[in-house]
Parts: sequence; C-alpha cells; structure tokens
Amino acid sequence: MARPAIPIQLRNEPENNLPPDQSAAVADVLHRLKGVPGALLPILHGVQEALGYVPPDAVHLIALALNISRAEVHGVISFYHHFRSKPVARHVLYLCRAEACQSMGAVALEAHAKKILGIDFHESTADGAITLEPVYCLGNCACSPAVMLDQELHGRMTVEKFDSLIQATRQTA
Amino acid sequence: MSNTSTHIRVYVPRDASALSLGAEQTANAIAAEAIRLGADIQIVRNGARGLFWLEPMVEVETPEGRVAYGPVQASDIANLFAADFLHGGKHDLRLGLTEEIPYLKRQQRLTFARVGITDPVSVEDYVAHGGFRGLAAALKTSSADIVKQVTDSGLRGRGGAAFPAGIKWKTVFSAPAEQKYIVCNADEGDSGTYADRMIMEGDPLVLIEGMIIAGIAVGATQGYIYLRSEYPHAFRALNEAILAAKNAGYLGTGICGSEHDFELEVRLGAGAYICGEETSLLESLEGIRGQVRFKPPLPALKGLFGKPTVVNNVITLASVPIILDRGADFYRDFGMGRSRGTLPFQLAGNLKHAGLVECAFGLTLREILYDFGGGSATGKPIRAVQVGGPLGAYMPESQFDTPLDYEALAAVGAMLGHGGIVAFDDSVDMAQQARYAMEFCAIESCGKCTPCRIGSIRGVEVIDRIIAAQEHAKNVALLRDLCDTLLAGSLCALGGMVPFPVTSALNHFAEDFEPRALRAAS
Repeated sequence: MARPAIPIQLRNEPENNLPPDQSAAVADVLHRLKGVPGALLPILHGVQEALGYVPPDAVHLIALALNISRAEVHGVISFYHHFRSKPVARHVLYLCRAEACQSMGAVALEAHAKKILGIDFHESTADGAITLEPVYCLGNCACSPAVMLDQELHGRMTVEKFDSLIQATRQTA
Repeated sequence: MSNTSTHIRVYVPRDASALSLGAEQTANAIAAEAIRLGADIQIVRNGARGLFWLEPMVEVETPEGRVAYGPVQASDIANLFAADFLHGGKHDLRLGLTEEIPYLKRQQRLTFARVGITDPVSVEDYVAHGGFRGLAAALKTSSADIVKQVTDSGLRGRGGAAFPAGIKWKTVFSAPAEQKYIVCNADEGDSGTYADRMIMEGDPLVLIEGMIIAGIAVGATQGYIYLRSEYPHAFRALNEAILAAKNAGYLGTGICGSEHDFELEVRLGAGAYICGEETSLLESLEGIRGQVRFKPPLPALKGLFGKPTVVNNVITLASVPIILDRGADFYRDFGMGRSRGTLPFQLAGNLKHAGLVECAFGLTLREILYDFGGGSATGKPIRAVQVGGPLGAYMPESQFDTPLDYEALAAVGAMLGHGGIVAFDDSVDMAQQARYAMEFCAIESCGKCTPCRIGSIRGVEVIDRIIAAQEHAKNVALLRDLCDTLLAGSLCALGGMVPFPVTSALNHFAEDFEPRALRAAS
C-alpha cells in the first residue's frame, strides 16, 4: 500500500521587515550593482552610503539577490571593520591609532577624546552628534596625529584643535 | 592652455594631507581676494610636492619659474596679495623658487616626476609634461618586448615583498587564458606610508598609464584598482582621471587607435589591513571575506576569478611608464646591488621635516632622518625608527648607518617594505610598541592561521605580564617562542612578520621590558 505523499513544506521567504524608504534604497542598490563581478562589497558600500549602516534586515534581501546564503553576507559584513550593523550618529570621527600618530601623541589624544566625548570606540555620544571609531592609518603620517571627520581629514591634531573641531561638529546638523 | 592667456596661475594642492592642514580654506581665500581686487588668476589644484611641514604650500607661476610660499593659511592671504605674491613678491612665507628648495633639489624624482607640478586630472597637462610617452612606446613594440624591458629595468614590487615585476608579468604573459586581469594593490595600510596616496591624488594618470601598459604586455583587458576606503580623496581623483582618460581615448576599446582594449575600475576596500596581502585582496575583489589563499596556485596563474592576474602595487605600476619611455637601462642605472631604480621614502611620525623623498636606493637611514628629516619634531633625540610599516623592525641608533636597500636591511633583521619610515623620540616605551604590534595583529588577523589569530592575543597577554614584572625571564622566553611559532606557522606576512617589531624591540630596547624597579635603579 502506497504511503500518502507528504507535501513538501516550502519555507517561506523571510518577511521584508525594513521600513519602506530603507527597502527602496536597498532595492535601488541591488538593481544597480547585483550584476557586476564580485558584487557583494560594492553592494554593501552602496547600502551603507545610502543608509549609514547595513541594517540586519537587509541581509536576506542582499543574499536573495546574489543567490548566496545569509550567513555568507553576514560573514562579509562582520569581517570588514568598515561595515556597520547599527545606525551611527550624525558624524563619524575616525581617530588614527597607528604608529606614526603614536609617535606624535595619539595615545594621549585618544584618551582625551574618549574623556571629552564620554564614550569608547564604536559608541555614539548621547546627543547623537558623534560616533567614535578607531582607524589604522589615514595616510596622513607626515602630519600626525590625524583624525578624519566623516570624509574630511585633519592633521597635526592637538587637544585644543580637537576640542574646537568637536564643538563645531556638535553645532552642525 | 593658450599662450595668449594673461591670467596668473596659482597652485594650491588638493592632496589630502595639504587639505588636512587647511588647503581648501587657503584656496577659497585666494579666490575671494582675487575677485575682490579684480586680479586675473587661475587656481590649479595640484598634488603635493611632499614637503609637508610647508603645507599648505602655494605656488605662483612667474617668468623665472614657480615661486613657493608656505605654510599659507587663509588668514595670510590678504597680506600675501598686499606683498604682490602674484608676481613673486617678498614675504616672510616666501620660500623662493620651488625647484631650488634643497629638500626637493636633492631628490631624484622619476616616479614622482609630475606630482605637485601638474593638474592631476588634466590629460592635456599630463601629456604636456611627458605623459603617455611610455604608452606610445609600448604600442610600437611587442608584448614580449615590454615584459623584457620591465624585467631588464630591475623593477621590483614596491608594495613590500620586492618580487621582480618582470618575472610576475612574464608568468601572466605566458599563461594562456581568454581573460586576464591587472589588479593594482592600492590598499596602502602600513602606518608611515603615503606614497601611493600621493600618486593617486597627485598624478593618477601615471598609474592609469602603467596599468594600460601592463594590460598590453600580458594581454589583459580589464583592470581593477583596489583602493582602501580610508582614502576618499584618492577615490575622487582616480575616478576623475579615469573619466578624463576615457574621454581622451586612452581607456576603452581601441586604445589610441590600436587593437588593444582596456577597461579600468576603482573598487573600494572596507577597512581590512589584511587585504593589502595579494591573495586576500583578490578574495575581497571577488566580494567575499578577505582571507588569505594558499599559494600555489600563484595569482599570476590563478588569480582574480581564477584567471591569470598581475597584482602590483601603485608605485610599481606608476614606475612602468618612465621605464618604457626612457628605457630599461635608464631606470636600472639608479640604485645599488639588486635594488635598482628609485624608491619614494616616506618620512613620517616624529620628524621636523616629514615628507616624501624619492631617491635611488642606498641612502643611509641617518641621511634620511637628519639630512632630509631634520631630526625629531619634538627636538628630543630620535631613539627608535620603524621602517617598513607595522610589521617592520624597530631600529636603534646603532643601525642608523645601514644603507636603505632591500638586502642591506634584511641583513640586519629589518625590512624596507613600502619605504615608510616612522621616527620616535626618547619618550617612546618600546614594550608598549611591542604590545601594540601584537594587538594590531589580533585586530587585523583574517583568522585563517591559528598562530596569527590566537597567538597574537596570547602575545598581548604575555607582554602585559612582562610589563607587570611577572616572572620576567620566563615570559620573555615564552614571547620569543611565540614569535617563532608565528614566524613559522603563518601563511602570509601579517602573522609571519609581526615578530619583527616585537623581537627587534626586545633585542635592541631590552631595558624597556625590564621590571620598573630594576629600571629605576639602573
């Protein structure tokens, strides 16, 4: 006697939990870039540029578009220091921790920055103005110590210059 | 530029370092003041000359040549106009004719011949200053001959490993394949290095020309520049230059009317130091985690997407046009021993006159530090110098007379790498520097090899115990043993070379590792 066939349960695609605007931004990036060779990094850059971070809910959309597993996408996001899974403050301040900057007082500057901002690396100030990130060389080694605010480089940083930079940054949107 | 034009050309660098010191504000102030006074000027945003203690350095074209002023802040502009700087007028910031500044005059600029002189993204300016002559020569000869010339020039990979470029090219040239690639390694992650960045911002067309020549030589039609994401200014300059080159017929199908095609694209890294290692870089370009690959197969045979691939550093590729233009002999006549040609040394960290010095191999470290660098910025004695990036050895004063070439440095247990030279004054704590090297390795390890992934973390812990004066002799022995394991048990240079800064610190600066009580007593 033949056994009754057991219907195969097709696992539902995970729901798209992204807010509509984020979802549209991700869809736009995928549409533009999913065909390029080695597309994942360009796509992640595109998403992070549009949204400021790569929302965990975007992972399955990216995986689906590239026909790879979510684990692979997550693995790439977590491998690279540049990609973030959490939203950031309005501005990101990168503090160079590398040797050339160390030789010109970067360690003291780092301590000062953390104290003034009241946060550690990878954290954001309570007012949502600044996220602090370490960076390992900005290529400004002849003008150490260096910091980069969003995409703007600042050299020969002193405590005084740092404080006025922070003050000016807090006042901008 | 028409000869009838009467406006005075004023140069203000767009180089990221110059911008970091206020060059944008300086340029804006010059433009505003010129409008206010009705002065007819044209501001050219050039690359940096590499004299960073003088940045922002403004140059004015005069009948006698270009006259430099620096460092010029926006607040100096009204004053400079009053002193008639547009005609080379006298002023406290006047440095004289740029070409006569000793720091520049004593250099042998081959790869950096145009950096700081031309408008980086102007094909017209590039050609007017000898650009694309190497390509023209390459188009007139055979692929095999291009490879031979690069081989004969003695050019070795400038990224750090110093592998002969010609041999790499010949391997790719001889590998039969439908598709081959030229990949430029622009993941300049070593602290103390910025030569790649200066080329990409100051003369990106020379890199593009070098890559086109490489493509013609080995039969590759697609190039990628893998650029670190920490270099947004270089990203913009490269893309502007690629567009300009494309519009002028130097990229795309039928380059300069020949049968050769070459496409070029900039790809951004994502903050992973390991991706400067060529196989990690290829993984990353393929869109996956930048983990080191086993070799063999060599990337020259099975590289990007499994195809034969030339992976060369920015400076290596940017040195190719002059070799093709002036000939292999011309280039090979510079240098010493097996280190031929010139190297752009990058003076960084605690130096009074930090900047770019392109010279033939063979200068001593002391000449670089004092004759060019002017001693420490803080005025204290220079105690330690790290040459070759975070994986390079720390050199003590007793080694300052070592000539800077690949072999001479290797002979004293150091390495030249990408030519970065970071000076520290006597306030440096070498135990902390050794600890940092291990910490850096732990943060940046790709995780493939256990000695690197876990050993670096254990290394930080052991050094912490040494610093805390716990069982000194035993822990020093353990640290050396750990370094041996890293050296022998890692696939790539990250784990394999992080022992260099650690053991050199231990060997040359043992007093910094001794218990504080003992140090205080001595």
